[in-house]
Amino acid sequence: MKFVDEFRDPELINKTAEEIRRLADPGRHYRMMEVCGGHTHAIYRFGLKDILPANLELIHGPGCPVCVLPMGRIDDGLALAKDPNVVFTAFGDMMRVPGVQGSPLEHKARGMDVRIVYSPSDALKLAKANPDRHIMFFAIGFETTAPSTALTIVRAKAEGIHNFSVFCNHVTIIPAIRAILDSPDMRLDAFIGPGHVSTVIGCRPYVWIATNEHKPIVVSGFEPLDMLQSIVMLLRQLKAGEAKVENQYKRVVPWEGNRAALKAMNQVFELRPYFEWRGLGFISQSALRIRDSYAEFDAEHRFSVPGVRVTDPKAAQCGEVLKGVLKPAQCKLFGKECTPEHPVGALMVSSEGSCAAYYNYEHRKAMASSLAWPA
Amino acid sequence: MCLAIPGKVIELFPGMPYLATVEVAGVRRKVDLGLLESDMPESGDWVLIHVGFAMSKISEQDALEQMQTLIMLGESEQAMQEVRGYGLDNADEPKPS
Repeated sequence: MKFVDEFRDPELINKTAEEIRRLADPGRHYRMMEVCGGHTHAIYRFGLKDILPANLELIHGPGCPVCVLPMGRIDDGLALAKDPNVVFTAFGDMMRVPGVQGSPLEHKARGMDVRIVYSPSDALKLAKANPDRHIMFFAIGFETTAPSTALTIVRAKAEGIHNFSVFCNHVTIIPAIRAILDSPDMRLDAFIGPGHVSTVIGCRPYVWIATNEHKPIVVSGFEPLDMLQSIVMLLRQLKAGEAKVENQYKRVVPWEGNRAALKAMNQVFELRPYFEWRGLGFISQSALRIRDSYAEFDAEHRFSVPGVRVTDPKAAQCGEVLKGVLKPAQCKLFGKECTPEHPVGALMVSSEGSCAAYYNYEHRKAMASSLAWPA
Repeated sequence: MCLAIPGKVIELFPGMPYLATVEVAGVRRKVDLGLLESDMPESGDWVLIHVGFAMSKISEQDALEQMQTLIMLGESEQAMQEVRGYGLDNADEPKPS
């Protein structure tokens, strides 16, 4: 319990942990999936596993947008920026993510005009300040970031900015959860629902998980206490044989979501028939593309995209880890060929990926203690 | 990237209904309020910011707790780097006294 003294209210944490131990049937093994990369990061950071009973396992789902982005999309985006007139802009998270030809940062070192922006609206600002250049924004993220990209495109059109486009890689969380539930080797009992994605989409889109799939889901905040309380709520449902959607993060997440954000997304984006997810393969209607009415801001419409396809090495078992069949350290490549410094598979790519989080907290801890062991 | 940053709305601009100056831990930047169109914040309100856009209104108490969460997660420096980077501009921070 390394981080337990950092908790704001250790007493309440202990009481909640006790409640979890009381509710968990010792004769049963529980598998709960958190779908949000922020939750995965928090679980490792706070050492929550050390607090939970051994028969309650947290499975880390597909909620890290950097991780699930197929490598070929990075190569595609960078290929468009080989034109010296094009400026490649992206969030900082993307800069070290490798494509086959290297990461955006490596392309920058080779002379490409690659710039970090912290907001899509700043990419648009760059376009206004550089009318003789074309500014392309490499957009990634779930429903938390997609509305901001959408609104930026609306603004670009309203202001008549013609030297701006978006290479759209936005994905949607529900089809990924569906793909995991449809998988034949699926063995989950319940879901910890994403926090900030749900500020946009609300709680209603999860209802089918409870009613059709009979799995409880609790939308959760990011503090240790939030997550432990969500686990209590899930255990109560499982104990009562119930399956419903509950909202532990009411202070931020309204049941109906954010109407203006949903409106902006719907105005600019439509569902792609299918999209590839690194580690999960092709999932139908799981990603967004820019509607024809905004085609001039769609980099894929405006430029010719090479359509690079890169398959992860067969030895990488990202799909099994994502579905909870394997734990990160059970993958054959984990900590050997595949490390955060040299990621082979999807989940090692970003610090929010489950393998990278596991490696950074658990694996390094284990290595340090084995080295410290007297010979 | 999925963690939101809490900020206090300091100034709204007449004629630019979707823009506001927001303060995060002493750093002031302009953020977009367009995604709160149906429930516009006023000066003094607290919001959660994500990639330069206010995503939801929250209470002051929740804002302080969210900042505490970022600190506990070891993400506060990254969050401040993001805020400082908004507007492609790092210049208008108050100088440390």
